[in-house]
Amino acid sequence: MEAGSATVIMVQFAIFARSLETGRGVEIDVTETIASTRFETVIGLEVHAQVLTKSKMYCSCSAEYASAEPNTHVCHVCMGLPGALPVINREAIELCVLTGLALDCTIAPFSKLDRKNYVYPDLPKGYQVSQYDLPLCQNGTLVFESNGEPVTAGITRVHIEEDTGRLLHRTASDGSDISLVDLNRSGVPLMEIVGEPDLRSPEHARDYLIALRQILRYIGASTGNMEEGAFRCDANVSLREAGSTEFGAKVEIKNMNSFRAVERALRYEVERQQGVLEAGGTIEQETRGWVDARGVTVGQRTKEAAHDYRYFPEPDLPPLALGADIVERIAARLPELPAARRARFVEAFGLGEPEAAILTGERETADYFESVCESAPAEGRSRLAANWILNDLFGLQRERGLPPDRMPVSADQLAGLLDMLEADQISARAAKELLAQLGPGETAIDKARSLNLLPLDDDDAIRTAALETIEAFPAAADDYRNGKKAAIGRLLGETIKRTGGRARPDAARAILEELLNSPS
Amino acid sequence: MELTLDEVRHVAALARLGLTDAEQELMRDQLSSILGHINALNELDTESIPPTASVAALQNVWRDDTVQSSLPREQVLMNAPRQNEGCFEVDTPLGGEESSS
Ligand SMILES: [Zn+2]
Repeated sequence: MEAGSATVIMVQFAIFARSLETGRGVEIDVTETIASTRFETVIGLEVHAQVLTKSKMYCSCSAEYASAEPNTHVCHVCMGLPGALPVINREAIELCVLTGLALDCTIAPFSKLDRKNYVYPDLPKGYQVSQYDLPLCQNGTLVFESNGEPVTAGITRVHIEEDTGRLLHRTASDGSDISLVDLNRSGVPLMEIVGEPDLRSPEHARDYLIALRQILRYIGASTGNMEEGAFRCDANVSLREAGSTEFGAKVEIKNMNSFRAVERALRYEVERQQGVLEAGGTIEQETRGWVDARGVTVGQRTKEAAHDYRYFPEPDLPPLALGADIVERIAARLPELPAARRARFVEAFGLGEPEAAILTGERETADYFESVCESAPAEGRSRLAANWILNDLFGLQRERGLPPDRMPVSADQLAGLLDMLEADQISARAAKELLAQLGPGETAIDKARSLNLLPLDDDDAIRTAALETIEAFPAAADDYRNGKKAAIGRLLGETIKRTGGRARPDAARAILEELLNSPS
Repeated sequence: MELTLDEVRHVAALARLGLTDAEQELMRDQLSSILGHINALNELDTESIPPTASVAALQNVWRDDTVQSSLPREQVLMNAPRQNEGCFEVDTPLGGEESSS
């Protein structure tokens, strides 16, 4: 298509993998993207992820800030009292390096921390201890899938820093605006993951974030919880003439608090910039905030001289020299990453791509599936396990309001249930009831027994039911004896019914045939 | 090493300090004098000394990720000019949102 030709409307049917955010159900999202052939979209994302440690970055206060009473996880270090001496949390450094390794970064053999100075009430020291010119990790890549196509995006850097406190806004009795400062979050370890401007659409941005979050959860570096603010994203968006290699003026978008919001905000912003450019205007470099309720981005009043951070080396913290031995030891913590695991699930268990993607969505689910399969490596177990997890366990998980990484029964329990199914010890219907009733610590077989869900192995009891049936339906019995063999169906159904549904059909049939064929 | 008044005003704005004209003059003199003092380092021949960000011969000083008790909240807040709901109370800053980090 010619450059500069009319705007075309592309309708995109994006499968919105909300699974990673809310559970798993895949939701079909029909969205319209107005794509211009004249401009190319250029997006780069900057992610802040809280690092999953027990204590804070530079002091031993608990990093669990969300559930605590305000200002109860605070000490002289994280409230910035003069003379306090910070000490680096080694685990936070390791998790940051682990993230870098998972993103194929180069780990800096020599790194340091720097003070980033600015004044704001949620920053008690007046500076944030961050990293400036020598970040822990640099030059990585993130390969992810978008609309079924693999996309490779560069990772500029991953560095370690600390979170700020939180401000709660109130109106004072005299009507003035006041803010309450809670420092529980102050000093919680934070990673900044800066991506190259390699993303070409809002869908790319969404899928990049989903893939990144999944990796962070797999390696245990962050909860990735966007709603709780443990995973935050800012985006730089610009447009350029198709074919151009230079970047246009970029606009920074903030306040996007869900994957959905990121996609909507970016789509809005791309269209806004397109409109301005097509009308002959110019894009101003600025910061805009996403207003979710209104579905628009609005220019933010920039704090004056906000970019004058006067970084300098943090004198209280000696530098980090991560030799090959240290990095190797950290690398040993790397689990199989989601993409590799997904591919292996397809290969080793004969699963379809979408099934493998869902089963590897959470590391815990993938572990669970594998553990259920390992317990009986027989042919067919993986298929059966996949079906039960995807259909029954996820349903039960949703029903019970469990988080996506927690299953309603243990892997051993499910394995026990599948063992019974495979050995034809229980009917599929009874197995579903068993699953719903199975409590913690109970084995599938014991529970099935106590719920009377096991097939009746008592031939005498079946014989009694069969005799009763023959007596109750003499016509059908005569039909059978006179050669209408199909008449046994009626008698069989009735016999099974009289055992409470527990008689095995083949056993009941054998007994019925024996009774009917023997001279009465 | 003489600072300009514009530089003084810029630094004051970054620190959110409102200075009177007289204070700006005073700060210019004092900051210039401090910078002049430090500027004396530029007279040294550092040709053979490698640049460094840290003068202590230490590296990898870190601690295990264990939680220890924090301060009692009364102590955390004891010097706060205004407190409210167990928090420090301040006038809402420009924009009101959280600072970016
Ligand atoms: Zn602390």
